[in-house]
Amino acid sequence: MFRQAPRLLARSMMARSRPFSDVPAQPASDSAFVEAWKKVIPNIDPPQTPLSFMKPRPTTPSSIPSKITVNFVLPYQSELSAKEVDMVIIPATTGQMGVLPGHVATIAELKPGIMSVHEGSEVTKYFVSSGFAFIHANSVADVVAVEAVPVDHIDPSLVQKGLAEFTQKLSSASTDLEKAEAQIGVDVHSALNSALTG
Amino acid sequence: MAMAAALRREGRRFAPLVSSSSSILNSGVTARSSLLSEELGPQGARSISTQIVRNRMKSVKNIQKITKAMKMVAASKLRAIQVRAENSRGLWQPFTALLGDTPSIGVKKNVIVTISSDKGLCGGINSTSVKISKGFYKLNSGPDKETKYVILGEKAKAQLVRDSKKHIEMCITELQKNPLNYTQVSVLADDILKNVEYDALRIVFNKFHSVVSFLPTVATILSPEVVERESESGGKLGDLDSYEVEGGETKAEVLQNLTEFQFSCVMFNAVLENACSEQGARMSAMDSSSRNAGEMLDRLTLTYNRTRQASITTELIEIISGASALTG
Repeated sequence: MFRQAPRLLARSMMARSRPFSDVPAQPASDSAFVEAWKKVIPNIDPPQTPLSFMKPRPTTPSSIPSKITVNFVLPYQSELSAKEVDMVIIPATTGQMGVLPGHVATIAELKPGIMSVHEGSEVTKYFVSSGFAFIHANSVADVVAVEAVPVDHIDPSLVQKGLAEFTQKLSSASTDLEKAEAQIGVDVHSALNSALTG
Repeated sequence: MAMAAALRREGRRFAPLVSSSSSILNSGVTARSSLLSEELGPQGARSISTQIVRNRMKSVKNIQKITKAMKMVAASKLRAIQVRAENSRGLWQPFTALLGDTPSIGVKKNVIVTISSDKGLCGGINSTSVKISKGFYKLNSGPDKETKYVILGEKAKAQLVRDSKKHIEMCITELQKNPLNYTQVSVLADDILKNVEYDALRIVFNKFHSVVSFLPTVATILSPEVVERESESGGKLGDLDSYEVEGGETKAEVLQNLTEFQFSCVMFNAVLENACSEQGARMSAMDSSSRNAGEMLDRLTLTYNRTRQASITTELIEIISGASALTG
């Protein structure tokens, strides 16, 4: 019983503000879910849902804001979180897409390429492997990528080597799976190549 | 406790390490005169032996050392993985911002993905996850609805195999043999998506709130068909239709990629959070067991001293009464 004591104490203290990254002071929850749960399983507290851990997003403003808020996240890091910038150019599968404040709400699939973030006069370029970009009506852009590196961290000689290797694999590939893998390698490396030169 | 009663009955029997460890881990056992035993010394003189108490004290001290070491190991592992879990927290937020969170959605095919640990001695987090999973099973049971389990980790498998064996679709263990990374989790997610038919996936895990508090959480991921249906009918996902879709040939294809990507991202975060919670729970479990071992050691030391002093007093009394019988 005494083992539960610190846990219960922590639960009762949870309502006071604590400096943790993503739990708001009053967790909002889906009331329909909570009620349905309580009816069937009255003894156990209903589990939390991701919505209660997220900061609520701003509502759509009536006039177009001057800056666009960018969240650029990777599996191992949040590269940019809630950064206000002027423009973002993302490598969608249909080509490079520029996103300005007041852009129409879009879901875009990304291909390997350069993403550039324009803030005033400074431009930060990242090479993105692939992922998704969501642009919401309230001028918030979320870019979720699997891997991203700043362009100056890329080694050109390795890129050339990789490109040659995958082109050779593509020509010698026998099964569909090998062909697909080699094709992906070629795409990524040629995008890297053009990123370095262009 | 049955074990303590057995000890009292067999005064001399030396309690094996395992049962004494279980008694420490549960709560203190009063070890008083039950551990005294009488031995026949030389010339038939009787002396009370402190051997058993001393052996018991040695084993309790060893257990305390072990649990303290386990706590240190868990603390260092927690430090390492907590950083990665907190960095990955941004990963699922864009998806929830876009697609919302609909745990109360009613669909025909539910799949519950339960995340648990492989190793034990981590407090109650695995039981909590299993209880919540079973709760979801009950919540989603009904005519022409089917619910299946996909289990990650040995502990949940052991608990769920007992009564829901035929509802388990897949079991994946030894997840943390190599340090967790996104590639591994995305391959796993791909595996699950290929082999399991689902309308809604519910991932049940323990979210790491702090070292002493872990919140059971459920993340819901809908299949592309359900997303399409909900956005057209204008439910919670009604806004989704207003989004333009770039890339891919059809909206359905992009939605499919989107839901698969969402699943792998949410899984990655869930697995990391659960690993953090496991280490934190293990830390607090080992901490309380070393504290219990310390208390038990104090009690045993008192018993030992009492026994030792009693045997000295008895010897003195015998000597003095013998001497007074000779002289007077």
